[in-house]
Amino acid sequence: MPERLLLKGARVVDPAIGRDEVADVAIEDGLIAGERSAGATVLDCDGYVLAPGLVDLHTHLRQPGREDKETVESGCRAAALGGYTAVSPMANTDPVADHAAVIHEVRDLGRAAGLCDVFPVGAITRGLEGEAMVEIGEMVQAGVRVFSDDGRCVPNARMLRNALTYARAFDGVVIAEHCEDATLAEDGQMHEGLHSYSLGLAGQPREAEEVIVARDLAVARLSGGRLHLCHLSSAGSIELVRRAKAEGLRVTAEVTPHHLVFSEEDLLTYDTNFKVNPPLRSSEDREALRSALADGTIDAVATDHAPHAVEDKEAEFDQAPSGTIGLETALAAVLTHVVEPGVMTLLRAIEAMSTAPARILGAPGHGGPIEPGRPANLVVFDPAAEWTVEPPFASKSRNSAFLGRRVRGRVVHTVYAGELVVADGKAQR
Amino acid sequence: MNEHLLSIHDVSAEDIVRILDTAESFREVGTRVIKKVPALRGRTVVNLFYENSTRTRISFELAAKRLSADVINFSTSGSSVSKGESLKDTALTLQAMGADAIVIRHSSSGAPLTLTRWVHGSVLNAGDGTHEHPTQALLDLYTMRDRLGRIEGLRAAIVGDVLHSRVARSLSFALAKMGAEATLVGPPTLIPPDAPAWGVQVSHDLESVLPKLDVCYMLRVQKERQRQQYFPSVREYARLFGLTRDRVAALPEGALVMHPGPMNRGVEIDSDVADLPRSVIEEQVTNGIAIRMSLLYLLLGGSRTETGGADA
Repeated sequence: MPERLLLKGARVVDPAIGRDEVADVAIEDGLIAGERSAGATVLDCDGYVLAPGLVDLHTHLRQPGREDKETVESGCRAAALGGYTAVSPMANTDPVADHAAVIHEVRDLGRAAGLCDVFPVGAITRGLEGEAMVEIGEMVQAGVRVFSDDGRCVPNARMLRNALTYARAFDGVVIAEHCEDATLAEDGQMHEGLHSYSLGLAGQPREAEEVIVARDLAVARLSGGRLHLCHLSSAGSIELVRRAKAEGLRVTAEVTPHHLVFSEEDLLTYDTNFKVNPPLRSSEDREALRSALADGTIDAVATDHAPHAVEDKEAEFDQAPSGTIGLETALAAVLTHVVEPGVMTLLRAIEAMSTAPARILGAPGHGGPIEPGRPANLVVFDPAAEWTVEPPFASKSRNSAFLGRRVRGRVVHTVYAGELVVADGKAQR
Repeated sequence: MNEHLLSIHDVSAEDIVRILDTAESFREVGTRVIKKVPALRGRTVVNLFYENSTRTRISFELAAKRLSADVINFSTSGSSVSKGESLKDTALTLQAMGADAIVIRHSSSGAPLTLTRWVHGSVLNAGDGTHEHPTQALLDLYTMRDRLGRIEGLRAAIVGDVLHSRVARSLSFALAKMGAEATLVGPPTLIPPDAPAWGVQVSHDLESVLPKLDVCYMLRVQKERQRQQYFPSVREYARLFGLTRDRVAALPEGALVMHPGPMNRGVEIDSDVADLPRSVIEEQVTNGIAIRMSLLYLLLGGSRTETGGADA
């Protein structure tokens, strides 16, 4: 049942209109209200930040297929606890989200959970095999706006050209690429460099990403299509994106919290929670990613939340799957490691985690502005609260690269469609 | 010394001298009629081999037996591992059975370090993936010191597929640690680009390096690397980087030829060269037993038994 709420005295940070001031925000019937109504539940938010709910462009919810790792419901609960009001589950499920039925299934599961909006990503090619384009038109009618073969790139440039060109028929449709040249990356277990050679782990050079970024930008120019680049990891990729944006290409890019925080040096103990793809690179790359996020060359932070079973991760390094969970730690990671050291403002951080991804995703009810009549999708967090990342997680998995880390910034309330789905740091459903 | 031997980085230069000196005293045991001392009586050593290896497994087995330890050989074929048991569950099982030391050979780099998270006993790395093979490096140092009287200041070349060689990694780190001058020699595709950071030199011209050497250490080259296009053909590899009879003549008098085995005769080393008196390949094998006795003894032998007794 819709609630009437009054969030009182928070610092309202609203990048959509560049607002940053202490104010009250009233909520009624699922919307931001003009003034407080009688009988509203008052939540004292003194000292807290109130912002548009976070939006994740890159989530793995594992359902259908690997419900032992995550379900739409458990993933949405993790998202809500992390301050997210919208997530975009990737298409690499089993079966693959390459036809409308899977899209409907995932979205219905999301609606049933009722914890945040779920905007499923569709595959670009059938079965993610890189050979035959999916029925993009039908998928668009089913509500898909972002298409991606995430986990790999579209292997040939002509297929990518056709997908980018064909998708121009549909407003707002984005082709999202995981940039990795399979022949250069080969069996790469970590970033190729001094540490990979010493640890005896096959390396994945940054050029494996850069050659595909360069190819994709050229094909985007050729096609005039709308391209999004997933989880960039290398300084060289950023330079390519910077030039492409200066030239006016329709391209956006994302970075993960773990690439903003960690580097190859975190792999020295063969801890498989740091095995991610693309791999954690050098500290120079990490610095470049932070600055590129601050100056907008990288538009958005996306979690690449990738749950894996304990027994799969507690294995020999080269046999463990890649990925870290991230929904419950993303905000604190960005606040602690990028905002606190002064690399970027809080306003820009919220823009990168909410306003920009909402725009890329074509989710008008998210990302602000926080104005009367707008859907009430909001997060309230305590920027000063320090905590240690440790299980239990709301996610069904616990493969977090942040395990044991002290971070600052904790979600207090999450308001989704006007309802308090997280209150005082606890999920309400 | 550390509780485990996972990497050459786990031992200091002083530790290495102690390991070699202890091995020296154990070598004599192998010349007796009854080749056995009671140093590790009642202790259990498990050989956990995820990769086939004849010489390393037998060497560890003999070393443990000559110290009177109980030895269990656990190889993965025909065992619970072939039924899909994970490394963690295998480790917990061995732990429950009371293994004092686990000697592990594994095709995954880092597996020995991962194993230490789940067992209480000492873990000895008997070769992990393309990472390290520290006991091989130690027996190589022992052989060099035994033949040449010192390690510091020796000039050694490590020739071949350094990129994929755990032997080359451990030996490079060990030589640098002991003050020897190591040069890695091979085609640029098989030399890690960042190798100078290991404290070694790099060359792609074997002939120019040979006249300055005390030790020429040849690595096994797997023919599979040709399929992966690291070099165009085995024939060309042998021509450029094989230790032929002609090339060996360029070595200074007294310089040693070494190889960790098993050899590809006619590829990285000519048959005649392998059998020359200056080639100490069989001595390396013999010395391996003494080095592994020394390591088992130092890691779980006398001193810890004594403190264990005091605690009890």
